[in-house]
Amino acid sequence: MAGLSGQRRLERRWGWLMALPAVLGFLIFTAGPMVASLAFSLTDWQVGGSPSFVGLDNYTAMASDELFWTSLGATTYYTLGAVPLVLIVSFAVAMLLNQRVRGLSLWRTIFYLPTLVPSIANVVLWIWIFNPDFGLLNSLLRQAGLPSGQWIYDEATAIPSLIVMSTWGFGNTMVIFLAGLQGVPRHLYEAVSIDGGGAWRRFWHVTLPMMTPTIFYNLVVGVVGTFQVFNQAYVMTEGGPNNATLFYVYYLFRKAFRESEMGYASALAWVLFMIIVVITFLLFRNARRWVHYEMAGAR
Amino acid sequence: MAAPPREPRTGRVAPTGGLRRRRPYGKALLYLALVAGAVPTLLPFVWLVRSALMEDAQMFTAPPEWIPRPFRWSNFGEALTAQPFGLYFVNTVIVAVISVLGTVITCSVAAFSFSRLRWRGRNVVFALLLSAVMLPYAVTLIPTFVMWQELGALDSFIPLTVPSWFAGAGGGVFNVFLLRQFFLTIPFELDEAAYMDGASPWRVFWTVVMPLSKPAIVVVTIFTFIGTWNDFLGPLLYLNDEEKYTLSLGLASFQSIYITQWGYLMAASAAVIAPIIALFFFLQRYFIEGVTLTGIKN
Repeated sequence: MAGLSGQRRLERRWGWLMALPAVLGFLIFTAGPMVASLAFSLTDWQVGGSPSFVGLDNYTAMASDELFWTSLGATTYYTLGAVPLVLIVSFAVAMLLNQRVRGLSLWRTIFYLPTLVPSIANVVLWIWIFNPDFGLLNSLLRQAGLPSGQWIYDEATAIPSLIVMSTWGFGNTMVIFLAGLQGVPRHLYEAVSIDGGGAWRRFWHVTLPMMTPTIFYNLVVGVVGTFQVFNQAYVMTEGGPNNATLFYVYYLFRKAFRESEMGYASALAWVLFMIIVVITFLLFRNARRWVHYEMAGAR
Repeated sequence: MAAPPREPRTGRVAPTGGLRRRRPYGKALLYLALVAGAVPTLLPFVWLVRSALMEDAQMFTAPPEWIPRPFRWSNFGEALTAQPFGLYFVNTVIVAVISVLGTVITCSVAAFSFSRLRWRGRNVVFALLLSAVMLPYAVTLIPTFVMWQELGALDSFIPLTVPSWFAGAGGGVFNVFLLRQFFLTIPFELDEAAYMDGASPWRVFWTVVMPLSKPAIVVVTIFTFIGTWNDFLGPLLYLNDEEKYTLSLGLASFQSIYITQWGYLMAASAAVIAPIIALFFFLQRYFIEGVTLTGIKN
Protein backbone atom coordinates (compact mmCIF):
# COMPACT_ATOMS: atom_id res chain seq x y z
CA MET A 1 0.00 0.00 0.00
CA ALA A 2 2.88 2.31 0.70
CA GLY A 3 4.03 1.81 -2.88
CA LEU A 4 0.64 2.79 -4.25
CA SER A 5 0.40 5.98 -2.28
CA GLY A 6 3.96 6.77 -3.35
CA GLN A 7 2.89 6.39 -6.94
CA ARG A 8 -0.15 8.60 -6.28
CA ARG A 9 2.04 11.26 -4.74
CA LEU A 10 4.38 11.09 -7.72
CA GLU A 11 1.51 11.47 -10.16
CA ARG A 12 0.03 14.38 -8.25
CA ARG A 13 3.30 16.24 -8.12
CA TRP A 14 4.12 15.66 -11.79
CA GLY A 15 0.50 16.19 -12.79
CA TRP A 16 0.50 19.74 -11.48
CA LEU A 17 3.97 20.43 -12.82
CA MET A 18 3.14 19.27 -16.32
CA ALA A 19 -0.18 21.09 -16.42
CA LEU A 20 1.53 24.27 -15.26
CA PRO A 21 2.38 25.83 -18.66
CA ALA A 22 -1.20 25.35 -19.81
CA VAL A 23 -2.64 26.73 -16.57
CA LEU A 24 -0.30 29.74 -16.62
CA GLY A 25 -1.15 30.28 -20.29
CA PHE A 26 -4.83 30.30 -19.41
CA LEU A 27 -4.31 32.79 -16.59
CA ILE A 28 -1.95 35.10 -18.50
CA PHE A 29 -3.44 35.00 -21.98
CA THR A 30 -7.13 34.22 -21.42
CA ALA A 31 -8.54 34.79 -17.94
CA GLY A 32 -6.36 37.79 -17.10
CA PRO A 33 -7.00 39.66 -20.36
CA MET A 34 -10.73 38.90 -20.12
CA VAL A 35 -10.99 40.48 -16.70
CA ALA A 36 -8.74 43.35 -17.79
CA SER A 37 -10.88 43.86 -20.86
CA LEU A 38 -13.98 44.12 -18.70
CA ALA A 39 -12.22 46.62 -16.45
CA PHE A 40 -10.99 48.68 -19.45
CA SER A 41 -14.51 48.76 -20.83
CA LEU A 42 -15.63 50.74 -17.80
CA THR A 43 -13.10 53.50 -18.42
CA ASP A 44 -12.47 56.35 -20.77
CA TRP A 45 -8.97 55.61 -21.95
CA GLN A 46 -7.01 57.17 -24.77
CA VAL A 47 -3.62 55.64 -25.47
CA GLY A 48 -0.93 57.62 -23.72
CA GLY A 49 -3.35 59.05 -21.16
CA SER A 50 -4.49 57.39 -17.98
CA PRO A 51 -7.82 55.62 -17.76
CA SER A 52 -10.65 57.27 -15.86
CA PHE A 53 -13.64 55.32 -14.55
CA VAL A 54 -16.86 56.11 -16.39
CA GLY A 55 -19.09 53.22 -15.33
CA LEU A 56 -21.31 51.92 -18.08
CA ASP A 57 -20.97 55.03 -20.27
CA ASN A 58 -19.21 53.15 -23.05
CA TYR A 59 -22.05 50.66 -23.23
CA THR A 60 -24.76 53.29 -23.29
CA ALA A 61 -22.79 55.27 -25.88
CA MET A 62 -22.89 52.21 -28.10
CA ALA A 63 -26.67 52.35 -28.32
CA SER A 64 -26.48 55.71 -30.06
CA ASP A 65 -23.33 54.91 -32.06
CA GLU A 66 -24.56 54.57 -35.62
CA LEU A 67 -21.40 52.82 -36.76
CA PHE A 68 -21.78 50.18 -34.06
CA TRP A 69 -25.18 49.24 -35.46
CA THR A 70 -23.87 49.45 -39.02
CA SER A 71 -21.05 47.06 -38.16
CA LEU A 72 -23.37 44.68 -36.33
CA GLY A 73 -25.73 44.69 -39.30
CA ALA A 74 -22.95 44.13 -41.86
CA THR A 75 -21.47 41.27 -39.83
CA THR A 76 -24.85 39.60 -39.33
CA TYR A 77 -25.67 39.95 -43.03
CA TYR A 78 -22.32 38.42 -43.95
CA THR A 79 -22.68 35.56 -41.46
CA LEU A 80 -26.25 34.77 -42.51
CA GLY A 81 -25.13 34.58 -46.12
CA ALA A 82 -21.73 32.93 -45.87
CA VAL A 83 -22.39 30.19 -43.32
CA PRO A 84 -25.43 28.52 -44.97
CA LEU A 85 -23.87 28.86 -48.42
CA VAL A 86 -20.62 27.22 -47.33
CA LEU A 87 -22.55 24.47 -45.52
CA ILE A 88 -24.72 23.70 -48.54
CA VAL A 89 -21.89 23.77 -51.08
CA SER A 90 -19.53 21.68 -48.96
CA PHE A 91 -22.25 19.18 -48.09
CA ALA A 92 -23.20 18.80 -51.76
CA VAL A 93 -19.60 18.26 -52.85
CA ALA A 94 -19.01 15.83 -49.98
CA MET A 95 -22.08 13.86 -51.14
CA LEU A 96 -20.64 13.70 -54.65
CA LEU A 97 -17.27 12.52 -53.35
CA ASN A 98 -18.94 9.90 -51.19
CA GLN A 99 -20.14 8.07 -54.32
CA ARG A 100 -17.84 5.55 -55.89
CA VAL A 101 -15.66 8.10 -57.61
CA ARG A 102 -12.48 7.35 -59.48
CA GLY A 103 -9.52 9.37 -58.26
CA LEU A 104 -11.12 10.39 -54.96
CA SER A 105 -7.91 11.85 -53.58
CA LEU A 106 -7.41 13.96 -56.70
CA TRP A 107 -10.92 15.43 -56.48
CA ARG A 108 -10.55 15.97 -52.77
CA THR A 109 -7.26 17.79 -53.38
CA ILE A 110 -8.84 20.03 -56.01
CA PHE A 111 -11.66 21.08 -53.75
CA TYR A 112 -9.35 21.45 -50.75
CA LEU A 113 -6.73 23.58 -52.53
CA PRO A 114 -8.35 27.02 -52.03
CA THR A 115 -8.43 26.42 -48.27
CA LEU A 116 -4.63 26.39 -48.28
CA VAL A 117 -4.25 29.85 -49.77
CA PRO A 118 -3.02 32.17 -47.00
CA SER A 119 -5.77 34.60 -46.09
CA ILE A 120 -3.89 37.67 -47.31
CA ALA A 121 -2.90 36.11 -50.63
CA ASN A 122 -6.54 35.10 -50.97
CA VAL A 123 -7.66 38.66 -50.38
CA VAL A 124 -5.15 40.08 -52.87
CA LEU A 125 -6.22 37.55 -55.49
CA TRP A 126 -9.91 38.38 -55.07
CA ILE A 127 -9.32 42.11 -55.26
CA TRP A 128 -8.29 41.43 -58.84
CA ILE A 129 -11.03 38.96 -59.53
CA PHE A 130 -13.53 41.63 -58.49
CA ASN A 131 -11.81 44.48 -60.33
CA PRO A 132 -14.60 46.12 -62.36
CA ASP A 133 -12.42 46.98 -65.37
CA PHE A 134 -10.08 44.04 -65.89
CA GLY A 135 -11.08 41.47 -63.28
CA LEU A 136 -11.78 37.83 -64.02
CA LEU A 137 -15.43 38.04 -63.05
CA ASN A 138 -16.38 40.95 -65.29
CA SER A 139 -14.23 39.64 -68.15
CA LEU A 140 -16.13 36.37 -68.12
CA LEU A 141 -19.49 38.08 -67.79
CA ARG A 142 -18.76 40.41 -70.70
CA GLN A 143 -17.62 37.50 -72.83
CA ALA A 144 -20.90 35.74 -72.08
CA GLY A 145 -22.80 38.90 -72.99
CA LEU A 146 -24.04 39.38 -69.45
CA PRO A 147 -24.09 42.67 -67.54
CA SER A 148 -20.99 43.27 -65.41
CA GLY A 149 -20.99 44.60 -61.85
CA GLN A 150 -18.99 46.78 -59.49
CA TRP A 151 -18.77 43.98 -56.90
CA ILE A 152 -16.88 45.06 -53.77
CA TYR A 153 -16.92 48.66 -55.01
CA ASP A 154 -20.69 49.00 -54.83
CA GLU A 155 -22.52 49.39 -51.56
CA ALA A 156 -25.28 46.99 -52.56
CA THR A 157 -23.09 44.17 -53.89
CA ALA A 158 -20.06 44.45 -51.55
CA ILE A 159 -21.23 41.93 -48.95
CA PRO A 160 -22.75 39.46 -51.44
CA SER A 161 -19.40 39.56 -53.26
CA LEU A 162 -17.51 38.74 -50.05
CA ILE A 163 -19.99 35.93 -49.37
CA VAL A 164 -19.24 34.42 -52.78
CA MET A 165 -15.53 34.78 -52.04
CA SER A 166 -15.91 32.99 -48.69
CA THR A 167 -17.48 30.02 -50.46
CA TRP A 168 -14.23 29.41 -52.29
CA GLY A 169 -12.65 28.16 -49.05
CA PHE A 170 -15.13 25.41 -48.25
CA GLY A 171 -12.48 22.66 -48.12
CA ASN A 172 -12.23 22.14 -44.36
CA THR A 173 -15.98 21.92 -43.95
CA MET A 174 -16.18 19.52 -46.88
CA VAL A 175 -13.53 17.17 -45.47
CA ILE A 176 -15.37 17.01 -42.14
CA PHE A 177 -18.65 16.27 -43.93
CA LEU A 178 -16.96 13.60 -46.00
CA ALA A 179 -15.60 11.89 -42.89
CA GLY A 180 -19.09 12.03 -41.38
CA LEU A 181 -20.68 10.56 -44.49
CA GLN A 182 -18.20 7.70 -44.52
CA GLY A 183 -19.16 6.92 -40.94
CA VAL A 184 -22.85 6.39 -41.70
CA PRO A 185 -23.46 2.67 -41.14
CA ARG A 186 -24.12 0.82 -44.37
CA HIS A 187 -26.86 -1.38 -42.91
CA LEU A 188 -29.12 1.64 -42.48
CA TYR A 189 -29.03 2.26 -46.22
CA GLU A 190 -29.69 -1.39 -46.88
CA ALA A 191 -32.69 -1.32 -44.58
CA VAL A 192 -34.22 1.52 -46.58
CA SER A 193 -33.46 -0.25 -49.86
CA ILE A 194 -35.12 -3.45 -48.64
CA ASP A 195 -38.21 -1.41 -47.81
CA GLY A 196 -38.21 -0.25 -51.41
CA GLY A 197 -36.92 3.25 -50.69
CA GLY A 198 -35.07 5.11 -53.43
CA ALA A 199 -32.19 7.55 -53.37
CA TRP A 200 -34.29 10.40 -52.04
CA ARG A 201 -35.60 8.37 -49.10
CA ARG A 202 -32.14 7.12 -48.28
CA PHE A 203 -30.94 10.72 -48.20
CA TRP A 204 -33.91 12.03 -46.22
CA HIS A 205 -34.28 9.20 -43.72
CA VAL A 206 -30.68 8.04 -43.25
CA THR A 207 -28.02 10.44 -44.51
CA LEU A 208 -29.51 13.66 -43.25
CA PRO A 209 -30.48 12.49 -39.72
CA MET A 210 -27.16 10.68 -39.27
CA MET A 211 -25.27 13.77 -40.40
CA THR A 212 -26.98 16.22 -38.04
CA PRO A 213 -24.19 16.14 -35.41
CA THR A 214 -21.62 16.94 -38.12
CA ILE A 215 -23.84 19.64 -39.60
CA PHE A 216 -24.28 21.11 -36.14
CA TYR A 217 -20.54 21.13 -35.47
CA ASN A 218 -19.81 22.85 -38.77
CA LEU A 219 -22.63 25.31 -38.14
CA VAL A 220 -21.32 26.38 -34.73
CA VAL A 221 -17.69 26.61 -35.84
CA GLY A 222 -18.79 28.45 -38.99
CA VAL A 223 -20.94 31.02 -37.21
CA VAL A 224 -18.38 31.78 -34.50
CA GLY A 225 -15.54 32.07 -37.03
CA THR A 226 -17.46 34.06 -39.62
CA PHE A 227 -18.72 36.54 -37.06
CA GLN A 228 -15.11 37.54 -36.41
CA VAL A 229 -14.24 38.28 -40.05
CA PHE A 230 -11.49 40.87 -40.29
CA ASN A 231 -8.94 40.54 -43.11
CA GLN A 232 -11.36 41.17 -45.99
CA ALA A 233 -12.46 44.46 -44.45
CA TYR A 234 -8.93 45.52 -43.57
CA VAL A 235 -7.20 44.81 -46.88
CA MET A 236 -9.95 44.74 -49.52
CA THR A 237 -12.52 47.33 -48.65
CA GLU A 238 -11.35 49.26 -45.60
CA GLY A 239 -14.91 48.91 -44.39
CA GLY A 240 -16.30 50.64 -47.46
CA PRO A 241 -17.93 51.55 -49.70
CA ASN A 242 -19.86 53.85 -47.38
CA ASN A 243 -19.29 51.47 -44.43
CA ALA A 244 -21.13 48.64 -46.20
CA THR A 245 -18.43 46.18 -45.09
CA LEU A 246 -17.59 47.73 -41.74
CA PHE A 247 -17.34 44.34 -40.03
CA TYR A 248 -17.52 44.25 -36.25
CA VAL A 249 -13.94 43.21 -35.47
CA TYR A 250 -12.62 45.66 -38.06
CA TYR A 251 -14.59 48.47 -36.38
CA LEU A 252 -13.22 47.36 -33.02
CA PHE A 253 -9.69 47.30 -34.42
CA ARG A 254 -10.12 50.80 -35.84
CA LYS A 255 -11.44 52.15 -32.54
CA ALA A 256 -8.63 50.57 -30.54
CA PHE A 257 -5.59 50.96 -32.76
CA ARG A 258 -6.42 53.83 -35.10
CA GLU A 259 -8.53 56.12 -32.92
CA SER A 260 -6.88 54.77 -29.74
CA GLU A 261 -10.16 54.62 -27.83
CA MET A 262 -9.15 51.63 -25.76
CA GLY A 263 -12.04 51.89 -23.31
CA TYR A 264 -14.73 52.01 -25.94
CA ALA A 265 -13.07 49.27 -28.00
CA SER A 266 -12.93 47.02 -24.91
CA ALA A 267 -16.65 47.54 -24.43
CA LEU A 268 -17.14 46.56 -28.08
CA ALA A 269 -15.09 43.42 -27.41
CA TRP A 270 -17.23 42.46 -24.44
CA VAL A 271 -20.43 43.01 -26.36
CA LEU A 272 -19.03 40.78 -29.10
CA PHE A 273 -18.27 38.16 -26.48
CA MET A 274 -21.81 38.33 -25.13
CA ILE A 275 -23.26 38.14 -28.65
CA ILE A 276 -21.24 35.01 -29.39
CA VAL A 277 -22.20 33.43 -26.08
CA VAL A 278 -25.88 34.10 -26.79
CA ILE A 279 -25.68 32.80 -30.36
CA THR A 280 -23.88 29.63 -29.23
CA PHE A 281 -26.39 29.12 -26.43
CA LEU A 282 -29.33 29.51 -28.83
CA LEU A 283 -27.75 27.14 -31.34
CA PHE A 284 -27.22 24.50 -28.67
CA ARG A 285 -30.73 24.88 -27.27
CA ASN A 286 -32.22 24.67 -30.72
CA ALA A 287 -30.01 21.67 -31.50
CA ARG A 288 -32.03 19.41 -29.20
CA ARG A 289 -34.81 19.59 -31.71
CA TRP A 290 -32.92 18.41 -34.75
CA VAL A 291 -29.56 16.87 -33.84
CA HIS A 292 -29.58 13.10 -33.38
CA TYR A 293 -26.95 12.66 -30.70
CA GLU A 294 -28.13 9.30 -29.39
CA MET A 295 -27.69 7.77 -32.83
CA ALA A 296 -24.25 9.28 -33.18
CA GLY A 297 -23.28 7.74 -29.87
CA ALA A 298 -24.47 4.33 -30.99
CA ARG A 299 -22.19 4.27 -34.01
CA MET B 1 -17.67 7.30 -33.62
CA ALA B 2 -17.04 7.57 -37.33
CA ALA B 3 -14.59 5.36 -39.17
CA PRO B 4 -10.99 6.46 -38.71
CA PRO B 5 -9.81 8.32 -41.80
CA ARG B 6 -6.87 6.00 -42.40
CA GLU B 7 -9.05 2.97 -42.90
CA PRO B 8 -8.68 1.50 -46.36
CA ARG B 9 -11.27 2.78 -48.78
CA THR B 10 -12.61 -0.70 -49.56
CA GLY B 11 -14.70 -0.67 -46.43
CA ARG B 12 -16.58 2.38 -47.52
CA VAL B 13 -20.25 3.04 -47.38
CA ALA B 14 -22.54 2.09 -50.23
CA PRO B 15 -23.33 4.89 -52.65
CA THR B 16 -26.23 6.98 -51.48
CA GLY B 17 -27.50 7.97 -54.91
CA GLY B 18 -29.60 5.73 -57.12
CA LEU B 19 -26.57 4.95 -59.21
CA ARG B 20 -26.69 1.22 -59.20
CA ARG B 21 -29.75 0.87 -61.34
CA ARG B 22 -28.98 3.47 -63.97
CA ARG B 23 -25.23 3.31 -63.76
CA PRO B 24 -23.93 4.77 -67.07
CA TYR B 25 -26.33 7.72 -66.98
CA GLY B 26 -25.79 8.36 -63.26
CA LYS B 27 -22.02 8.07 -63.46
CA ALA B 28 -21.81 10.56 -66.29
CA LEU B 29 -23.96 12.97 -64.32
CA LEU B 30 -21.78 12.52 -61.27
CA TYR B 31 -18.58 13.35 -63.11
CA LEU B 32 -20.29 16.23 -64.87
CA ALA B 33 -21.24 17.66 -61.47
CA LEU B 34 -17.69 17.19 -60.15
CA VAL B 35 -16.19 18.95 -63.16
CA ALA B 36 -18.77 21.71 -62.88
CA GLY B 37 -17.61 22.20 -59.29
CA ALA B 38 -13.91 21.88 -60.05
CA VAL B 39 -13.80 24.53 -62.80
CA PRO B 40 -14.80 27.52 -60.65
CA THR B 41 -12.63 26.13 -57.84
CA LEU B 42 -9.51 26.04 -59.99
CA LEU B 43 -10.20 29.08 -62.17
CA PRO B 44 -8.81 31.64 -59.66
CA PHE B 45 -5.55 29.64 -59.53
CA VAL B 46 -5.26 29.58 -63.31
CA TRP B 47 -6.02 33.30 -63.38
CA LEU B 48 -3.37 33.91 -60.73
CA VAL B 49 -0.67 32.00 -62.58
CA ARG B 50 -1.42 33.41 -66.02
CA SER B 51 -1.46 36.96 -64.62
CA ALA B 52 1.81 36.35 -62.78
CA LEU B 53 3.46 35.47 -66.09
CA MET B 54 2.00 38.18 -68.34
CA GLU B 55 3.05 41.60 -69.44
CA ASP B 56 0.67 44.26 -68.24
CA ALA B 57 -0.45 45.13 -71.75
CA GLN B 58 -1.65 41.61 -72.50
CA MET B 59 -3.41 41.35 -69.17
CA PHE B 60 -5.83 44.11 -70.02
CA THR B 61 -7.00 42.82 -73.38
CA ALA B 62 -10.69 42.08 -73.91
CA PRO B 63 -11.73 39.33 -74.24
CA PRO B 64 -9.19 38.04 -71.71
CA GLU B 65 -6.31 35.92 -72.98
CA TRP B 66 -5.22 32.85 -71.07
CA ILE B 67 -1.81 32.01 -72.50
CA PRO B 68 0.95 34.51 -71.71
CA ARG B 69 2.80 35.70 -74.84
CA PRO B 70 5.67 35.95 -74.02
CA PHE B 71 6.02 34.25 -70.64
CA ARG B 72 7.34 37.00 -68.44
CA TRP B 73 9.20 35.05 -65.77
CA SER B 74 10.97 38.20 -64.65
CA ASN B 75 7.75 39.31 -62.91
CA PHE B 76 8.73 36.95 -60.14
CA GLY B 77 12.28 38.18 -59.80
CA GLU B 78 11.28 41.81 -59.95
CA ALA B 79 8.36 41.51 -57.55
CA LEU B 80 10.32 39.51 -55.02
CA THR B 81 13.18 41.99 -54.99
CA ALA B 82 10.98 45.11 -55.03
CA GLN B 83 10.41 44.30 -51.37
CA PRO B 84 12.64 41.97 -49.35
CA PHE B 85 10.40 38.92 -49.61
CA GLY B 86 13.38 36.71 -48.86
CA LEU B 87 13.71 38.38 -45.49
CA TYR B 88 9.96 38.12 -44.88
CA PHE B 89 10.21 34.45 -45.68
CA VAL B 90 12.99 33.94 -43.15
CA ASN B 91 11.06 35.92 -40.51
CA THR B 92 7.93 33.86 -41.11
CA VAL B 93 9.89 30.63 -40.83
CA ILE B 94 11.49 31.78 -37.55
CA VAL B 95 8.14 32.69 -36.02
CA ALA B 96 6.51 29.51 -37.31
CA VAL B 97 9.26 27.18 -36.08
CA ILE B 98 9.41 28.70 -32.59
CA SER B 99 5.61 28.58 -32.34
CA VAL B 100 5.39 25.00 -33.54
CA LEU B 101 8.08 23.84 -31.11
CA GLY B 102 6.43 25.60 -28.19
CA THR B 103 2.98 24.35 -29.04
CA VAL B 104 4.00 20.75 -29.59
CA ILE B 105 6.12 20.51 -26.46
CA THR B 106 3.92 22.31 -23.95
CA CYS B 107 0.64 20.97 -25.35
CA SER B 108 1.79 17.34 -25.22
CA VAL B 109 3.15 17.79 -21.72
CA ALA B 110 -0.19 19.21 -20.60
CA ALA B 111 -2.16 16.59 -22.51
CA PHE B 112 -0.14 13.88 -20.78
CA SER B 113 -0.96 15.34 -17.39
CA PHE B 114 -4.66 15.62 -18.24
CA SER B 115 -4.94 12.11 -19.64
CA ARG B 116 -2.52 9.84 -17.82
CA LEU B 117 -1.70 11.31 -14.42
CA ARG B 118 -4.23 11.27 -11.59
CA TRP B 119 -4.51 14.40 -9.50
CA ARG B 120 -7.35 16.07 -7.73
CA GLY B 121 -9.21 18.74 -9.70
CA ARG B 122 -7.77 17.54 -12.96
CA ASN B 123 -11.01 17.40 -14.91
CA VAL B 124 -12.27 20.71 -13.58
CA VAL B 125 -9.03 22.43 -14.57
CA PHE B 126 -9.15 20.83 -17.99
CA ALA B 127 -12.74 21.89 -18.63
CA LEU B 128 -11.85 25.42 -17.58
CA LEU B 129 -8.89 25.57 -19.95
CA LEU B 130 -10.97 24.21 -22.78
CA SER B 131 -13.52 27.00 -22.39
CA ALA B 132 -10.89 29.30 -23.93
CA VAL B 133 -11.42 27.64 -27.30
CA MET B 134 -14.79 29.28 -27.86
CA LEU B 135 -13.61 32.70 -26.73
CA PRO B 136 -13.56 35.31 -29.52
CA TYR B 137 -9.97 36.48 -29.97
CA ALA B 138 -11.13 40.11 -29.99
CA VAL B 139 -11.92 39.97 -26.26
CA THR B 140 -8.33 39.38 -25.20
CA LEU B 141 -6.78 41.45 -28.00
CA ILE B 142 -6.55 44.85 -26.32
CA PRO B 143 -5.31 43.81 -22.84
CA THR B 144 -2.77 41.44 -24.40
CA PHE B 145 -1.52 44.27 -26.60
CA VAL B 146 -1.30 46.61 -23.62
CA MET B 147 0.58 43.95 -21.66
CA TRP B 148 3.23 43.53 -24.36
CA GLN B 149 3.45 47.28 -24.68
CA GLU B 150 4.09 47.62 -20.93
CA LEU B 151 6.74 44.91 -21.15
CA GLY B 152 8.41 46.75 -24.02
CA ALA B 153 8.00 43.77 -26.33
CA LEU B 154 6.32 45.58 -29.23
CA ASP B 155 8.00 45.36 -32.62
CA SER B 156 9.56 42.01 -31.82
CA PHE B 157 8.65 38.37 -32.37
CA ILE B 158 8.04 37.89 -28.64
CA PRO B 159 4.26 38.55 -28.67
CA LEU B 160 3.92 36.25 -31.69
CA THR B 161 5.87 33.32 -30.26
CA VAL B 162 5.87 33.35 -26.45
CA PRO B 163 2.16 32.50 -26.01
CA SER B 164 2.71 29.24 -27.88
CA TRP B 165 5.10 28.15 -25.11
CA PHE B 166 2.17 28.25 -22.71
CA ALA B 167 0.34 25.37 -24.36
CA GLY B 168 -0.68 27.47 -27.31
CA ALA B 169 -2.56 29.90 -25.02
CA GLY B 170 -6.12 30.82 -25.90
CA GLY B 171 -7.45 28.93 -28.91
CA GLY B 172 -4.29 26.80 -29.03
CA VAL B 173 -5.68 24.84 -26.10
CA PHE B 174 -7.57 22.90 -28.72
CA ASN B 175 -4.27 21.11 -29.41
CA VAL B 176 -4.15 19.92 -25.80
CA PHE B 177 -7.61 18.49 -26.36
CA LEU B 178 -6.61 16.70 -29.58
CA LEU B 179 -3.44 15.24 -28.07
CA ARG B 180 -5.30 14.18 -24.93
CA GLN B 181 -7.88 12.34 -27.03
CA PHE B 182 -5.05 10.55 -28.79
CA PHE B 183 -3.14 9.73 -25.60
CA LEU B 184 -6.26 8.14 -24.15
CA THR B 185 -6.17 5.50 -26.90
CA ILE B 186 -2.73 4.25 -25.80
CA PRO B 187 -2.96 1.24 -23.41
CA PHE B 188 -2.39 2.24 -19.79
CA GLU B 189 -0.61 -1.07 -19.11
CA LEU B 190 2.45 0.42 -20.81
CA ASP B 191 2.63 3.18 -18.20
CA GLU B 192 2.12 0.77 -15.34
CA ALA B 193 4.90 -1.50 -16.58
CA ALA B 194 7.27 1.45 -16.83
CA TYR B 195 6.35 2.66 -13.33
CA MET B 196 7.05 -0.86 -12.03
CA ASP B 197 10.53 -0.48 -13.42
CA GLY B 198 10.86 2.72 -11.43
CA ALA B 199 10.35 5.21 -14.26
CA SER B 200 9.30 8.78 -13.48
CA PRO B 201 6.18 10.27 -15.11
CA TRP B 202 8.44 12.38 -17.33
CA ARG B 203 10.19 9.24 -18.54
CA VAL B 204 6.88 7.56 -19.26
CA PHE B 205 5.79 10.63 -21.19
CA TRP B 206 8.99 10.87 -23.19
CA THR B 207 9.82 7.24 -23.88
CA VAL B 208 6.40 5.55 -23.85
CA VAL B 209 3.64 7.94 -24.86
CA MET B 210 5.38 10.36 -27.21
CA PRO B 211 6.91 7.76 -29.54
CA LEU B 212 3.46 6.20 -29.97
CA SER B 213 1.79 9.52 -30.73
CA LYS B 214 3.55 10.59 -33.90
CA PRO B 215 0.38 10.90 -36.03
CA ALA B 216 -1.24 13.29 -33.54
CA ILE B 217 1.99 15.29 -33.19
CA VAL B 218 2.29 15.64 -36.96
CA VAL B 219 -1.27 16.93 -37.14
CA VAL B 220 -0.65 19.52 -34.43
CA THR B 221 2.62 20.51 -36.11
CA ILE B 222 0.99 21.04 -39.49
CA PHE B 223 -1.94 23.05 -38.25
CA THR B 224 0.13 25.23 -35.95
CA PHE B 225 2.56 25.85 -38.80
CA ILE B 226 -0.22 26.84 -41.20
CA GLY B 227 -1.91 28.98 -38.57
CA THR B 228 1.30 30.90 -37.89
CA TRP B 229 2.21 31.11 -41.57
CA ASN B 230 -1.16 32.63 -42.44
CA ASP B 231 -1.60 34.83 -39.37
CA PHE B 232 -2.17 38.43 -40.32
CA LEU B 233 -3.65 40.26 -37.36
CA GLY B 234 -0.81 39.28 -34.98
CA PRO B 235 2.01 40.64 -37.15
CA LEU B 236 -0.14 43.64 -38.08
CA LEU B 237 -0.52 44.59 -34.43
CA TYR B 238 2.96 43.82 -33.16
CA LEU B 239 5.42 44.45 -35.99
CA ASN B 240 6.25 47.96 -37.21
CA ASP B 241 9.77 47.70 -38.55
CA GLU B 242 9.71 46.44 -42.15
CA GLU B 243 12.79 44.36 -41.41
CA LYS B 244 10.64 42.20 -39.15
CA TYR B 245 7.63 41.75 -41.45
CA THR B 246 6.24 38.30 -42.08
CA LEU B 247 5.07 37.20 -45.53
CA SER B 248 1.41 38.03 -44.88
CA LEU B 249 2.24 41.49 -43.65
CA GLY B 250 4.75 42.00 -46.46
CA LEU B 251 2.20 41.01 -49.07
CA ALA B 252 -0.43 43.33 -47.60
CA SER B 253 1.96 46.28 -47.67
CA PHE B 254 3.14 45.29 -51.15
CA GLN B 255 -0.43 45.29 -52.42
CA SER B 256 -1.08 48.78 -51.07
CA ILE B 257 2.03 50.12 -52.84
CA TYR B 258 1.87 48.24 -56.14
CA ILE B 259 -1.89 48.40 -56.43
CA THR B 260 -1.71 48.94 -60.21
CA GLN B 261 1.03 46.45 -60.98
CA TRP B 262 -0.89 43.29 -61.56
CA GLY B 263 1.96 41.16 -62.76
CA TYR B 264 4.01 41.90 -59.66
CA LEU B 265 1.11 41.42 -57.31
CA MET B 266 0.12 38.11 -58.80
CA ALA B 267 3.73 36.92 -58.82
CA ALA B 268 4.18 37.89 -55.17
CA SER B 269 0.89 36.21 -54.19
CA ALA B 270 1.86 33.06 -56.06
CA ALA B 271 5.19 33.02 -54.23
CA VAL B 272 3.43 33.29 -50.86
CA ILE B 273 0.96 30.54 -51.73
CA ALA B 274 3.46 28.10 -53.26
CA PRO B 275 5.25 26.91 -50.07
CA ILE B 276 1.99 25.97 -48.38
CA ILE B 277 0.72 24.10 -51.41
CA ALA B 278 4.04 22.28 -51.72
CA LEU B 279 3.81 21.32 -48.05
CA PHE B 280 0.29 20.05 -48.65
CA PHE B 281 1.36 17.75 -51.45
CA PHE B 282 4.03 16.17 -49.28
CA LEU B 283 1.83 15.75 -46.23
CA GLN B 284 -1.59 15.38 -47.83
CA ARG B 285 -2.67 12.40 -45.81
CA TYR B 286 -1.98 14.13 -42.50
CA PHE B 287 -3.80 17.28 -43.59
CA ILE B 288 -7.03 15.48 -44.37
CA GLU B 289 -6.62 13.35 -41.26
CA GLY B 290 -6.10 16.42 -39.13
CA VAL B 291 -9.14 18.26 -40.42
CA THR B 292 -11.17 15.11 -39.99
CA LEU B 293 -9.89 14.70 -36.45
CA THR B 294 -10.92 18.22 -35.51
CA GLY B 295 -14.42 17.58 -36.82
CA ILE B 296 -15.05 14.16 -35.41
CA LYS B 297 -13.61 14.47 -31.96
CA ASN B 298 -15.85 17.36 -30.98
